[in-house]
Amino acid sequence: MLIGKKKKPAAEIPSSSLADIAFLLLIFFLVTTTIDMDKGINLTLPEKGGEQVKIKKGNIANLLINAAGQVLLDNEPISVEQIREVLRQKIGEKGYDNQGKPILIVSIKTARETDYDTYIQVLDQVKLAGVTKISIAEPER
Amino acid sequence: MKFTKKEKVSSSIPTASLPDIIFMLLIFFMVSTVFKEFRGLPILTPAARSTEKVEAKRNIAYVWADKNNRISIDDKIVPINAVSHVIGEKFAVNRRLIISLKIDKETKMGLVSDIQEQLRDAYALRVNYSTRFK
Repeated sequence: MLIGKKKKPAAEIPSSSLADIAFLLLIFFLVTTTIDMDKGINLTLPEKGGEQVKIKKGNIANLLINAAGQVLLDNEPISVEQIREVLRQKIGEKGYDNQGKPILIVSIKTARETDYDTYIQVLDQVKLAGVTKISIAEPER
Repeated sequence: MKFTKKEKVSSSIPTASLPDIIFMLLIFFMVSTVFKEFRGLPILTPAARSTEKVEAKRNIAYVWADKNNRISIDDKIVPINAVSHVIGEKFAVNRRLIISLKIDKETKMGLVSDIQEQLRDAYALRVNYSTRFK
């Protein structure tokens, strides 16, 4: 009688489809990932009750925005698009401190009824002009 | 004269390490995926040219405000005088917190200023006005 050799069942886990499974998962995560970076204008608020620093009046440029979105720069009406150029000139006049930052400080004051959009447009212009010291005044009640 | 058979150069790309590469990519995407936790309020942020990217997504807390003077933090409508309390709790957990202000462009500055005062009360001084690229 012939005794046939018993066939051994394969003891391996088939790994040929591993790449396919991994690909599927990869594509799922690729599709679901939303790399939406937060973007915006950075600003650091002043500390409450912080010490008051005295600044020469000549080094401040005052920007006032009224409820209608009209802008005054040092008591002269100005359009939003012009702010950058005028501030650039002012920075040039005042010069830079020993850290290379402009001496000029820009103070922005709005009315309580001013639109947020107008404020951001003005802040944008100020930032584009290269001003690093920005003071946000509280609107009057 | 005997002609020797030219040895054939193997023309197959080794695919044995393919799963490893794929797994590496997979793990990268799994780790970097942040599922959106909430949606906030329907707003339209203003556009600005000096828009910068904010690094460190995990340090960001969002404060939403729409033109109807509603304020939302973590998908809950918060009254204005409770903002400092809510943000203060977040700030106590993470000292490097950046507040992203997602404010509608038609919101009045009075509300924006009130929010900023509340943030100053909570010592959360690093803010970011969320804007779009112009």
